[in-house]
Amino acid sequence: MFGAINPAVLIASLMVASVPIMLAALGELVVEKSGVLNLGVEGMMIIGAICGFITAVTTGSPLLGFAGGAAGGAALALIFAVLTQSLLANQVATGLALTLFGLGLSSLMGQGYNGIKPPLTAAVPFGPLRDIPGLGRILFSHDWVVYFSILIIAATWYVLKYTRTGLIIRAVGENHDAAHALGYKVNRIRLACILFGGAMAGMGGAYISLIRVPQWTDGITAGAGWIALAIVVFASWKPWRVLIGAYLFGGITVLQLNLQAAGSSIPVEYLSMSPYLITILVLVIMSSGKGRTLNAPAALGQNFHATR
Amino acid sequence: MFRLEKRPTPSRFWTGATPVVAVILTMLAGGLMFGVLGKNPFEVIRTIFWDPLFGEFAWYLRGQLLVKAGPLILIAVGLSLGFRAGIWNIGAEGQYIMGAIFGASVGLAVFPTENRLIYPVMIAAGAFGGWVWAMIPAILKTRFNTNEILVSLMLVYVAQSILAMAALGFLRNPEGAGFPGSRNFNSYPAASNPELIAGTGMHWGVVAAFITVIAAYVLLQKHLLGFQIKLSGQAPRAARFHGVNPTALVVLCMGISGALAGLAGLFEVTGPAGQISIDFNTGYGFTAIIVAFLGRLNPLGILLAGLLMALTYIGGEMASTNLGLPSAAIQAFQGMLLFFLLAVDVLSNYRVRMSMKGTA
Repeated sequence: MFGAINPAVLIASLMVASVPIMLAALGELVVEKSGVLNLGVEGMMIIGAICGFITAVTTGSPLLGFAGGAAGGAALALIFAVLTQSLLANQVATGLALTLFGLGLSSLMGQGYNGIKPPLTAAVPFGPLRDIPGLGRILFSHDWVVYFSILIIAATWYVLKYTRTGLIIRAVGENHDAAHALGYKVNRIRLACILFGGAMAGMGGAYISLIRVPQWTDGITAGAGWIALAIVVFASWKPWRVLIGAYLFGGITVLQLNLQAAGSSIPVEYLSMSPYLITILVLVIMSSGKGRTLNAPAALGQNFHATR
Repeated sequence: MFRLEKRPTPSRFWTGATPVVAVILTMLAGGLMFGVLGKNPFEVIRTIFWDPLFGEFAWYLRGQLLVKAGPLILIAVGLSLGFRAGIWNIGAEGQYIMGAIFGASVGLAVFPTENRLIYPVMIAAGAFGGWVWAMIPAILKTRFNTNEILVSLMLVYVAQSILAMAALGFLRNPEGAGFPGSRNFNSYPAASNPELIAGTGMHWGVVAAFITVIAAYVLLQKHLLGFQIKLSGQAPRAARFHGVNPTALVVLCMGISGALAGLAGLFEVTGPAGQISIDFNTGYGFTAIIVAFLGRLNPLGILLAGLLMALTYIGGEMASTNLGLPSAAIQAFQGMLLFFLLAVDVLSNYRVRMSMKGTA
């Protein structure tokens, strides 16, 4: 049943398939590290998808498209930030509102953009490297966003682990009262993290509509934002594990699509529900077991209100 | 500068007034959005909020109000119990689909019976379907400490795949010339959910919704369990000392909300929707989350909120046929309502003070 699938092509395409969830999950990881739970990833992704698509189609530049997607995601995240940080609204409810609003607004903005092809993003020219059998297809045949997503994981890991900025973000997420007592502006730091998370989710969404699919349809993200949230738990809030998690889920998605295309004997519906079922399974494995700490930031989901 | 000062207890006045303020702000912001879309904002707002009740076709549309509000209220009341206890079941859409599939399967299995007693059995099967689907996140939560938000949501996508399987496969109408979709329940009287009083839109699902509102009100006001639910949400530590069993509470709240969502699905598929089809579900499970919050997680509030949200559905459809407003606009409008509600909610928990010195 796997006979018709070329492993090098499979690995190359799983790298592409995992970019949106990787970017979104990385953004959410930083947000959660600062102690904020933003459940609106799905909404920010789909707004990023349509904003990126519209920008790319109007300007003809995919690069500007990605910038537009990031801006769109960040703009939606700003609403979340104002509601939860300034008006101290419940983070779970506000995140859900973000998703519901994002799905509606994206479909509204996307009127008249159905069936249009966006400008193509070319692969990075690696010259002869690309022709190495197997390896060339896997490592040197992608567009710039694939490499960017890996670089930004490395950068986030470095910043969180080795820099003062990272230490402040972690302090705010672990104990906001102590961070406040030290003189850090808890809500402003969280605001910055939320905006970063929104921009990353928006870029992830833009990748779906500009490269992965590439066109605009309503509900194009199809739960990718929720899978990104699950990957953060899977990754135990560690950046490099986001990479592993995203490749794992990208792999499952690509494999089931390939099996569908290869006309496997498993019904299509079973295949298309498999990524979600496996997500649940992974969540169960990660959260069960005695004595294993989940490594979640201690102040995750709690609002901070300075009384003094 | 403004400064927020926490109130010792939430303000009773603002708790009641915030939904009204939120609706007014949403109308203003929504009007702006419709203006940007090139429509006359006043005309759109009138079409959505006034015409369905008092306009030319009100005699028909008023009936539709209960048809749309029934499932929303039924689901939202269930969700509100969990939300109060800090248990976040956001997969009601999946439980709604599974309830419809379970209930419809029972009815279609004995086609073409003329025994009306099959309908109560279908109702039980519908509630069971939703309950089973909600038990998955509940048991994973209590047994493995798995996040119920993510699991219940993932199960919505799984339920949609099962729905596709049902509509194209095991429930497909054998006399349907190969078209997707099950037999139509409207031509299968023993298993259908007809309008009970012509022109009112009243069907068994609406009756169930009203009963649920009353039951939930009594539960929260008069029953020990209702007290435990409220206590667990407001002070989890105090709840433990009081002897509340958190495992039992999760199973119970998820179970009730799942069963009610399943019921809503069954009533919808045998009544207004008529058949199992790939897209018979219209997102009631998600809109019910807005309804639950808009109703302040209070059964009577949810009743009003459900009617208001139903009004935006009907008015939105009117606006899209008469004024050419994109149907997605109403979805964004509903999302906006939740934003404004959460935003003005700050007034019930905090006092806004002008700070004299710049010390805040």
